[in-house]
Amino acid sequence: MSVILVLIVVVAGFSFWWLLQQRVLAKPWLEYGVHTALPETDVSHMPTAKIGLGIFLAVVASLFALFASAYFMRMEYADWQSPPLPRILWFNTVILVLASLALHFAVRAVREGRPDVARLALAAAGLASLLFLAGQLTAWRELTAGGYFLDTNPANGFFYLMTGIHGLHILGGLAALARATVRAWTEERIDERLRLGVELCATYWHFLLLVWLGVFVLLAGWAGDLVALCRQLLT
Amino acid sequence: MVDATPRADDIIPPAEVPELELYHPKSWWTTYVFSQDAKVIAIQYAGTAIAIGLVALVLSWLMRLQLGFPGTFSFITPEAYYQFVTMHGMIMVIYLLTALFLGGFGNYLIPLMVGARDMVFPYVNMLSYWVYLLAVLVLVASFFASGGPTGAGWTLYPPQAILSGTPGGQSWGIILMLVSLIIFIIGFTMGGLNYVVTVIQGRTRGMTLMRMPLTVWGIFTATVMALLAFPALFVACVMMLFDRVLGTSFFMPALVEMGQQLSYGGGSPILFQHLFWFFGHPEVYIVALPAFGIVSDLISTHARKNIFGYRMMVWAIVVIGALSFIVWAHHMYVSGMHPWFGFFFATTTLIIAIPTAIKVYNWVLTLWRGDIHLTVPMLFALAFIVTFVNGGLTGLFLGNVVVDVPLSDTMFVVAHFHMVMGVAPILVIFGAIYHWYPKMTGRMLDERMGRFHFWVTFVGAYAIFFPMHYVGLVGVPRRYPELGDSAFIPASVHDLNAFITIAALIVGFAQMVFLFNIFWSLRHGKEAGPNPWRATSLEWQTPTTPPPHGNWGDERPVVYRWAYDYSVPDAPQDFIPQNDPWPQKVPAARQA
Repeated sequence: MSVILVLIVVVAGFSFWWLLQQRVLAKPWLEYGVHTALPETDVSHMPTAKIGLGIFLAVVASLFALFASAYFMRMEYADWQSPPLPRILWFNTVILVLASLALHFAVRAVREGRPDVARLALAAAGLASLLFLAGQLTAWRELTAGGYFLDTNPANGFFYLMTGIHGLHILGGLAALARATVRAWTEERIDERLRLGVELCATYWHFLLLVWLGVFVLLAGWAGDLVALCRQLLT
Repeated sequence: MVDATPRADDIIPPAEVPELELYHPKSWWTTYVFSQDAKVIAIQYAGTAIAIGLVALVLSWLMRLQLGFPGTFSFITPEAYYQFVTMHGMIMVIYLLTALFLGGFGNYLIPLMVGARDMVFPYVNMLSYWVYLLAVLVLVASFFASGGPTGAGWTLYPPQAILSGTPGGQSWGIILMLVSLIIFIIGFTMGGLNYVVTVIQGRTRGMTLMRMPLTVWGIFTATVMALLAFPALFVACVMMLFDRVLGTSFFMPALVEMGQQLSYGGGSPILFQHLFWFFGHPEVYIVALPAFGIVSDLISTHARKNIFGYRMMVWAIVVIGALSFIVWAHHMYVSGMHPWFGFFFATTTLIIAIPTAIKVYNWVLTLWRGDIHLTVPMLFALAFIVTFVNGGLTGLFLGNVVVDVPLSDTMFVVAHFHMVMGVAPILVIFGAIYHWYPKMTGRMLDERMGRFHFWVTFVGAYAIFFPMHYVGLVGVPRRYPELGDSAFIPASVHDLNAFITIAALIVGFAQMVFLFNIFWSLRHGKEAGPNPWRATSLEWQTPTTPPPHGNWGDERPVVYRWAYDYSVPDAPQDFIPQNDPWPQKVPAARQA
């Protein structure tokens, strides 16, 4: 359960830091009058949707951290046999990096007010993400063709489960990305809503790229080596 | 006193952030059914939760009938008994308590108490309720599926949960249970995002975090915890579903069942327990923290005194929330663990007693020399303190490894957790309903029926659960449908079991009085007016009662003070609403 505990420590640390910014040391019984409070305060002018997305991403992080915890705990049992890593995963990783990059450029384009670049970048990101999903399906087919079925070994089970859940998150993101893309192609100019939508998509994609890199490291077995190394250093 | 008003011309600067654009419903359907108004959603949540909770109540009667009078009712087979136990536990903990506190009270109170017009993502909020309803319907469907609902116990421990020896294990029961939980978690996440972000972003001017009523603090912290803890249950459910449907061996060890070698092998039931309790223990506080918050407000209002140690109360809520993530393995002492782990988890468990005790002392000190009005909500709040202390003390017993090992899986544990997370939060729910019903409907609940309901429930709950401690100390195991002629069980246990059953039936019927009261008072209750308890927090200061969609009329309130200005010396009344600028006059810029 160490992975999830590390995440909890990070989240708790961030929460305490945030609370300290919010005058939790104040003595409310001694004060009256209007404080400038959120949402118009001294601090956060961040759009509500971004804060909402940030909290949602914390939930997703907790989900994957728990999968990783379960992975490590299950790994220690004798019957564990990792499947070979499908080579196409390298290709998929590159594609997902490209999708993330495309969204990065889309954000820059909407900020600089260049709708044509934004349209192309959004479409490219969408296509790359679809390609990534197709690539993941190919990886699954490769595994089944090699006889590494879901139920033959828990390691295979985790492979399908974690790539599947990650893919579902990409799929959900694609719905939002599709809306932003359609908006970019139909509207003449870039408005506030489009800008926000593109920025949210980009954050989501960067985050899912990060999650994918974590999942990839886990499935490739390097994480196990890393943990073993840490243990040796500690003992 | 620190004066924080901007002094120049006494003008409050105009709001910098544009108002939330509300969706204006056009038809009856979008006003009352597919409503995006948090208050309507709250009532939908509460209605659904109470309806499914009644099912769980009836299940508890059936269980008690079997325990009190074994062999009398032929339709309660051991299999049926296990199904009743499981569904009673699961419904009460998740579909009633979690949904009612966060989905019900969270939706109703957060926007009103922080001065918002609605939740920040109203559409997602509406979706949250309908997904929750779907989860409940899937759960109900399992009662009618062949093989019936699952009888695995509410903890759903593998491997037994998905084997043929357990009711529903090899039929639809367990599948529908897991699917329902997964749907519930998805729906809850939608709602939870709203509750958290509304507190962060939706507060009105002047409403700093440290001016929020403790109710909001409790619900806020509980929601943050739930957002982080429910994924553990999600992971556990998905993996168990894979084990059951697709034949993986995440949790399932190699097994021989009825002489047949099963295809599973090598899995770890302990892994499931870790995941389940990583959710399960925070869940206790997900239910308790909103109750803590609500009870603080009830006590302060009805004792006409500011809450004692507001800052400590807030910090204690946050600290309890954080600590509750590192105590989960105290549910697993008997599963076997390294002694150092047992030591660690016993220590963290006992440390939680410190912030919890701070809260109890502060409630008592709030009452000290207060002008206590023994209204029905206050009675329930006082009953909560007593009951929570009772349940908490037995928690100290069970938190220690050496004491827990012999008591584990006895009726003592059942008595403990019913006191601390069953009866105590339910008492708060009742108190809260008596307290806020006038705001929801404009009418008071009937006082005499309320007092009857309170005394029967309170005394009855003790009649049920106090003897159960003794029954557990004697060594009677939990989850046994029948005790038989075991030598170590004295005759007194059988008498007590019959007594407990009768008490449970009586308490159950008293709840019907409460339900009747709710419907009867809708029409015949006394007119309440906008602020019948003369309370300070913002929900009582709405221009109309019950508040319409958008809550605040033309302008959102401006907050000048914290929520606990009761009995302030020299003040014109014994309470000063949060949006009252006393001792200043309303600034000229706002009078126009």
